[in-house]
Amino acid sequence: MGTYTLEICYLIASICYIVGLKMMAGPKTARNGNLLAAGGMTLAIFATIFLYQYEIDNESKSLGNYYWVFGGIIVGTIAGWLAAKKVQMTAMPQMVSLFNGMGGACAALIALVEFPDALEHMHEHWNVLFMSTILCGLVIGSTSFSGSMIAYLKLNGNLKKDIRLPFYNIINTILIVGIIGLTICLAGGHIPDVNEFTFWAWILLAGATIYGIMFVLPIGGADMPVVISLLNSFTGMAAMFGGFLYNNMAMLTGGILVGSAGTILTVVMCRAMNRSLSNVIFGAFGTGGSAKAATSSGEQKSYKETNSSDLAVLLNYSSKVIIVPGYGLAVAQAQHVVNEMEQILNDRGVEVKYAIHPVAGRMPGHMNVLLAESNVEYEKLVEMDDINPEFSTCDVVIVLGANDVVNPAAKEDPSSPIYGMPILNVEDAKTTIVNKRSMNVGYAGIDNDLFYRDKTNMLFGDAKKVLTEIVGELKNL
Amino acid sequence: MEIILSFINDNIEMIYVIILSIILGIQVIESVPAVLHTPLMSGANAIHGVVIIGAIIIMGKADPSNTLALVLGFIAVVLGTLNVVGGFVVTDRMLEMFKKKSPKK
Repeated sequence: MGTYTLEICYLIASICYIVGLKMMAGPKTARNGNLLAAGGMTLAIFATIFLYQYEIDNESKSLGNYYWVFGGIIVGTIAGWLAAKKVQMTAMPQMVSLFNGMGGACAALIALVEFPDALEHMHEHWNVLFMSTILCGLVIGSTSFSGSMIAYLKLNGNLKKDIRLPFYNIINTILIVGIIGLTICLAGGHIPDVNEFTFWAWILLAGATIYGIMFVLPIGGADMPVVISLLNSFTGMAAMFGGFLYNNMAMLTGGILVGSAGTILTVVMCRAMNRSLSNVIFGAFGTGGSAKAATSSGEQKSYKETNSSDLAVLLNYSSKVIIVPGYGLAVAQAQHVVNEMEQILNDRGVEVKYAIHPVAGRMPGHMNVLLAESNVEYEKLVEMDDINPEFSTCDVVIVLGANDVVNPAAKEDPSSPIYGMPILNVEDAKTTIVNKRSMNVGYAGIDNDLFYRDKTNMLFGDAKKVLTEIVGELKNL
Repeated sequence: MEIILSFINDNIEMIYVIILSIILGIQVIESVPAVLHTPLMSGANAIHGVVIIGAIIIMGKADPSNTLALVLGFIAVVLGTLNVVGGFVVTDRMLEMFKKKSPKK
């Protein structure tokens, strides 16, 4: 009876994930979709705790160790809740990466506990499929864990450099071939001795963990979100193998859903940056570009500088202003001041719009989240393809802490590493104001020709400070 | 050949589930505006926290005298819960911001 109810609970939970994920695809239904998926998850978890039956010596038993189970859930809930509530919206990408790593580690731990049991049961009859499932969970889970941790450290700024060992592509290829070979060897039952098997399983775990690190370390620049999305789908696959292991439909559907959705999301992100997935993984962003940036910095190019009071006057007498927000704006926590400036300009009859590049911020859609946080109206956020024709009709473009997404090299210079990436055509506007803290290169590590153009004026300083000054000046006008 | 065919035949239901779920996952994502990519990634991230079910099973099955299994299982439950709770709460926080605007309009 209990088992039947459990299966029905899993069915309901699976439907909740699917419908929830579908609802998350529309801005109006998104929040309820998330709650629905969370509800399905809660149902699946509690149904498992109370209704799951397992067979031991032909006798079915319920799960025990309730203190441990609930202890773990309580600790995890409190920690997860606090972390999620406290995190700054700007730090969202690394938070997602961190949670993703937790899931991967969980999958790896499950495999680690299961395989000694499985070995014991397989003395007479070796089950290749069952063992492969465990080992795949172990490998993918630990790769996802270590990779996510590196991604977290990189995005959090603890690990600034993209470390590239010499021949890292060859080393990584050898590693992955070794991991796959060892997995096949172990799953195929070629190492029947228990102690020897355990030893090699630990080697496999270590290899997969190292691979995760090696895989993410050389990737940098604007490619980081793609990596997180990819690791996300890895963890989904690890969950799927867990589902095979326990013949558990809720885990299976949830895992596959995330695995395939994550993969497609990765491809969509790559497409937004006009890069192929293999290019992201093997291409090591910016190697050619940084060398080039170094040579070009030899010749001093001149740029024009402006100040906030001039800009305030200019804005006051414009009829159309487009704001291009970038990560610099988010770091300076200047979203609210931008909104304030927009309100003042709006009251004076200036049309203000925001041009959102698909990869503005650190993840696709990240900038929308940040601006929505500061009450900027959803309708004012215009996506790249819609805003690009409008630049030629606007008076002033203010680029706030964005760099690579407005770099004309993407259109004009075939040797640039970002060549081919769609960009915002800010150079079409009558005047372009670029606010940056310094002349330093952007996240992709390449020089930006836009800053040296005739129509461009540089406005140095922290975005929040500068904007506050402008707002002050505007009020006085 | 025989082996492969009989394998497919034995697991045909499972194979249906897998293929249909893959197609569903692709369908769900393809129509999403770029604006919602981050929340969606975060939401999907929370859903794969379903591995916690596996953690609960190993924890619940563990022999109370097997300390290693208990400890590893406990850590797995904690990490899984972190993934689920953290993932959903973060996603909710992001989506909450989109929602606030609609009544004002």
